[in-house]
Amino acid sequence: MINKKWFGILVLLFAMLLVVSACTGDDGDSSNESGKEKDTENATGDKTLIFGRGADSIQLDPSKVTDGESIYVTNQIYDTLVRYEEDSTEVKPALATEWTPSEDGLTWTFQLRDDVTFHDGSEFTAEDVVFNFERWATSAEFIYYGYMFGASEEDLGGIIESVEATSDYEVTFTLSEPNAPFLQTLAMPPFGIASPEAVEEHGEDYFKNPIGTGPFVFSEWVPDDSITVIKNEEYFGDTAKVDKVIFRTIPDNGARFMELQSGSIDMMTGLNPQDIQTIDADENLQIIERPSMNVSYMAMNTDKEGPLAEKEVRQAINLAIDKEKLVSLYEGIGKPAKNPLPPSLWGFNDDIEDYGYDIEKAKELLAEAGFADGFDITLNTFSNPRPYMPQPKVSAQAIQEMLKEVNINVEIIESDWDTHLSLTENGEHDMAFLGWTGDNGDPDNFLYVLLDKDNAKVGSAGNIAFYKNDEVHDLLKAAQTEMDQEKRTELYLEAQELIHEDAPWFPIAHTTPPIAANQKVSDYVPHSTGSEPFNMLDIQE
Amino acid sequence: MLKYISKRLLMLIPVLIGVSIITFSLIHLIPGDPARSMLGEKATEAQLESLRQELGLNDPYIVQYGRFVGDILQGDLGQSIQSKESIGYELLHKLPATMELTLFAMLLAVTIGILAGVIAAVKQYSWFDNISMTGALFGVSLPIFWLGLMMIWFFSVKLNILPPSGRLTPGTEINTITNFYLLDSLLTGNFRAFKDAFLHLIMPGIALGTIPMAIIARMTRSSMLEVMKQDYIRTADAKGLKTRLIIFRHALKNAFLPVLTVIGLQFGLLLGGAVLTETIFSWPGIGRYVYLAVLGRDYPVVQSTILVVATIFVLVNLLTDLLYKYFDPRIRYE
Repeated sequence: MINKKWFGILVLLFAMLLVVSACTGDDGDSSNESGKEKDTENATGDKTLIFGRGADSIQLDPSKVTDGESIYVTNQIYDTLVRYEEDSTEVKPALATEWTPSEDGLTWTFQLRDDVTFHDGSEFTAEDVVFNFERWATSAEFIYYGYMFGASEEDLGGIIESVEATSDYEVTFTLSEPNAPFLQTLAMPPFGIASPEAVEEHGEDYFKNPIGTGPFVFSEWVPDDSITVIKNEEYFGDTAKVDKVIFRTIPDNGARFMELQSGSIDMMTGLNPQDIQTIDADENLQIIERPSMNVSYMAMNTDKEGPLAEKEVRQAINLAIDKEKLVSLYEGIGKPAKNPLPPSLWGFNDDIEDYGYDIEKAKELLAEAGFADGFDITLNTFSNPRPYMPQPKVSAQAIQEMLKEVNINVEIIESDWDTHLSLTENGEHDMAFLGWTGDNGDPDNFLYVLLDKDNAKVGSAGNIAFYKNDEVHDLLKAAQTEMDQEKRTELYLEAQELIHEDAPWFPIAHTTPPIAANQKVSDYVPHSTGSEPFNMLDIQE
Repeated sequence: MLKYISKRLLMLIPVLIGVSIITFSLIHLIPGDPARSMLGEKATEAQLESLRQELGLNDPYIVQYGRFVGDILQGDLGQSIQSKESIGYELLHKLPATMELTLFAMLLAVTIGILAGVIAAVKQYSWFDNISMTGALFGVSLPIFWLGLMMIWFFSVKLNILPPSGRLTPGTEINTITNFYLLDSLLTGNFRAFKDAFLHLIMPGIALGTIPMAIIARMTRSSMLEVMKQDYIRTADAKGLKTRLIIFRHALKNAFLPVLTVIGLQFGLLLGGAVLTETIFSWPGIGRYVYLAVLGRDYPVVQSTILVVATIFVLVNLLTDLLYKYFDPRIRYE
């Protein structure tokens, strides 16, 4: 009799199960999909690296995404015409072995390797390069192509006028204007060359079936759980030392770190700063710092009438904030910034002396500008941490406190990320936090994007200080068409001096994101661009 | 009875219309732009505009809502903005993950909760009563994320006996049929996968089951205490019936109605509210799916998933109501 009641409860639970199975059954054809998750490779005795991260990739077609988590994986699957050196942003041969720009910088000719095959077995030729570039110039959804090559709605090709296969293994680009960073841009992961056959075969679903030429072959994707790539035995470069890499999504930082401690993952990103000490004390774990290619800053809207339009006021604000103290909020992963460029980039002006912390001088400058009694002002910040700013709210509060010393009353406006971007792009702020992660390792990618008057357009501003200096503009424009790197360096050094003097920003910090790994992981060199192929990395069993 | 069921099912329609309007309004009221969150900060205005156009985000709200309802009526849950995947297909994978976890958690909560509640009521003020009810108080107030992390730290890092997260150890082969891994591994006779899936269920199951377990235990206890004071229990006792029989057959059956209500409600809550547990244990279920969709302003995912969860919630409640009759035959449905 007693059992009957428990039986009743069991019936209840199973009934619920049935009802729900019936409901889900309506959502699609389950019989067709059921085979999708079949594991095709076996896991016996392979050298496997398990990489833990906070979020899943969005798409595995690098030309369509901008999130780091997608690029992390596609960097393993695809090759670009040229690649970055392991430890700098200088470029080296990859699918292309040699390249020559014409004198006027308008024509670039690349010699390609003749021994490369795609993961689907098809042979790599110049026609494939043409196919890919033409594909990217057909739609606005290829975000990085449009962004790096200046595509517009009317002209989706941007500065690339044509791409031609001038022989089986030679491809020629014709540009509409000289573009000095062109080569460095081609090394960016979004310009990974995909197999035309696979793109055509899978159509809209290509992002789930990526085929490239890279050191690893895509194997399986279980959404929100894991992505598996396996070693490409036929790779033309250094074949990978591990047989398989599994990218696992573990959303919680604390839980991910415990997985690392328990040994169920080998490496992870997104470390809580307080866990760094634990790693130092644990002989099984190590920290590897990724070199910085970013900057965080507080932009001052020079377009708004009022105090911020005055150079002296902006300089005074630079003097009135204790940068060392502010950067201490980065808990060891930030280095104070004095320039918009991170020091890892060529063209960085190290002769510039930062304003330093000097309240008296700040007060003098404010008096000079007629603001001895101070003023009220707003500071826009965002609610979620960003790679270049771990504690936006607290940083804003720190600046609020510091500026009180010089009678500047700061009101903090905190919004979510999307809102923050749209507010600042539209110039609706006085002062605002923002940051930038470099794309191609060229100074142009920082200075022109963030501080040129071309990019100070209300509604789509990258230059949210709305800083417009014609002299700076001329220098940056000249550097875009100058092919000689030494001459370009000169131009950038000068531009940085002018920017320093005009002080449209209070530069805050460059961060070096830590990667935690088991001690058995070796030969891992993180790249400043944010991700790198794992073929050189090894793991001791 | 049939008339009652069809009436209740018909009532689903206004409920779902209400839910869809509220969800649609709320998600569109939050500031943010799906095009922006999809293309990232590097997208040009032209690219953003072209995507908004493509997704129909520039249309008046009423047109967007109409399109959403139209698709739903044709059985099409739409397509995710972020992943471009059909939402129906994604739910087919994520709903079973959440259901499996929820069922396991509820099984724990119901078995242990009722048992503890009954014993605590029968032996009122005994050491068991005191300990279990203090435990239940803790259970109700424990933050899940803390409990989850502590369990991972203890069982995975220190003792290394349970897998810290996920549904399966990477590399474990499984042929999916229903996407309920326990069921699938049994159906295909893959006992290695069964054991692996089961071990992965334990910690998230406990974390998720703790609060309902505590609520059920407390509810069972108070309900039992009330029933045990009734005259018919004294009569049964005077008749010389076995105590066990009195408790389980006569008392519990009558005390169970309010507990059943709680179970139904908790079950519905867990289905939609497992976000924390799913985040800490990297459980690829529906809670995290909706949470990420809200962050990414993935309107179609939020709208359709909430609609599906609401449907299940209503059906579970209907089932609970139907089960009342089993426990109290006096109940008549009209």
